[in-house]
Amino acid sequence: MTDAPLIQANGLTRYYGAHIGCLDVDLEVHEGEVLAIVGESGSGKSTLLSLLSTQLPPTRGEVSYRTRDGVSRDLLSLPEAERRFLFRTDWGFVHQDARAGLRMGVSAGGNVGERLMAVGWRHYGRIRDEATDWLARVEIKAERIDDSPKTFSGGMRQRLQIAKNMVTRPRLVFMDEPTGGLDVSVQARLLDLIRGLVSDYGLAAIVVTHDLAVARLLSHRIMVMRNGRVIETGLTDQVLDDPQEAYTQLLVSSILQS
Amino acid sequence: MSSHDAILKLKDVAKSFTMHLRGGAQLPVVANVSFELDKGQCAVLGGPSGTGKSSILKMIYGNYRTDIGQIWLREESGWIDLAKAEPRRILALRESAIGYVSQFLRAIPRVSAFDLVVSAASEGGLDKAAAEQRAAQLLAHLNLPERLWSLPPATFSGGEQQRVNIARGFAGQHSLLLVDEPTASLDAASRARVLELISERRRNGTAILGIFHDDAVRREIADHVVDVTRFAAGVNG
Repeated sequence: MTDAPLIQANGLTRYYGAHIGCLDVDLEVHEGEVLAIVGESGSGKSTLLSLLSTQLPPTRGEVSYRTRDGVSRDLLSLPEAERRFLFRTDWGFVHQDARAGLRMGVSAGGNVGERLMAVGWRHYGRIRDEATDWLARVEIKAERIDDSPKTFSGGMRQRLQIAKNMVTRPRLVFMDEPTGGLDVSVQARLLDLIRGLVSDYGLAAIVVTHDLAVARLLSHRIMVMRNGRVIETGLTDQVLDDPQEAYTQLLVSSILQS
Repeated sequence: MSSHDAILKLKDVAKSFTMHLRGGAQLPVVANVSFELDKGQCAVLGGPSGTGKSSILKMIYGNYRTDIGQIWLREESGWIDLAKAEPRRILALRESAIGYVSQFLRAIPRVSAFDLVVSAASEGGLDKAAAEQRAAQLLAHLNLPERLWSLPPATFSGGEQQRVNIARGFAGQHSLLLVDEPTASLDAASRARVLELISERRRNGTAILGIFHDDAVRREIADHVVDVTRFAAGVNG
């Protein structure tokens, strides 16, 4: 395993008019590492996720990604076709609202199989087998493979979205509030599933969450954002057990003790 | 003088908390903490509650930041200052070199007691079969009823959770174990089992740094006591 980061950002900045979306963010994520970006609504964490995943162009700054050939590439100058290829293969993106990541008019199996077809799989039987296998891994029964996600509960949809992302064995998964809006018991199951996938597949992940408990459970490192700026960063348990900044102390002290 | 068997050296370590939600009040915890620990030794941090014993363990483990001073750990490639080490390095060392047994288990939803211990053993470098064997051996040694092994510990009693936590802590192959009151609230039989685990690890060269309030336990296992009241931080310190 190489010591170079998988994804790296330098001075990443985005203005919306005069308003700061995100300012001068530097970060590195290595293979197998989970970084949580925490902060309240409007802190810039979702903007940062969009910039890192090249869905939004920065006002200035750089993002580079080490592709499977071991070369770190500047994502902003990467041709559109190659960037799309990354999205279909090497990256996953788990949206808070599963409807944004799924095609609701297509069956569960079709949602997963589609991503395989996009990377060149052609054999129907093999695609269906692989989709069935991934549904099982996210605890969706094989008999639901032909059902539409419209008939699924929120937790099942989210698990289906994860299966769809994982089927091409990405190396990096972006997650935007992956457990947001789900019941607490459903969240626990999903978090446990994500934890397992991250460790089994050595995934790197960048997880945006406002929920410090999610960050505690999933991440190795935390970045705390406020007003578009990174105000504190470090080992997850160090930031949560010994927060240095006033705002981080406020966030931590606001967690309900269980 | 530094012993050539030393594995841990703290040098002039200081810690204080700045309470921003209390108007920026400074809460000094410890200052000028210097001591060292050899391979296979067991040192106990002594002193009343509130003198910073747990804070010292947490700085070594890295879940508290070290404001001032150095915390040197000897590992395969040489000495490393934990106070300045990168988060990734600390995480790697927690798998291979530094173990921590706290009083309270942070349960993970839906993960069984057995799997929690297996994963700790795997992180220490054991293969799956060996990790499972080690986990079973530890849970049996600590008398956790076998019917509980397949259940997530969230619903266990305090003593049962504590035993799972101890099994986790001893499952790895760490060369330094930090233990924070591992025997508090255990019955005498379980406490004896924990002390056996500690002795076994010491024979294998593991250094132990711990907090034990029970005098009998302390007398039984400590090579020396580090009196933490010596490191009291003055208000202006």
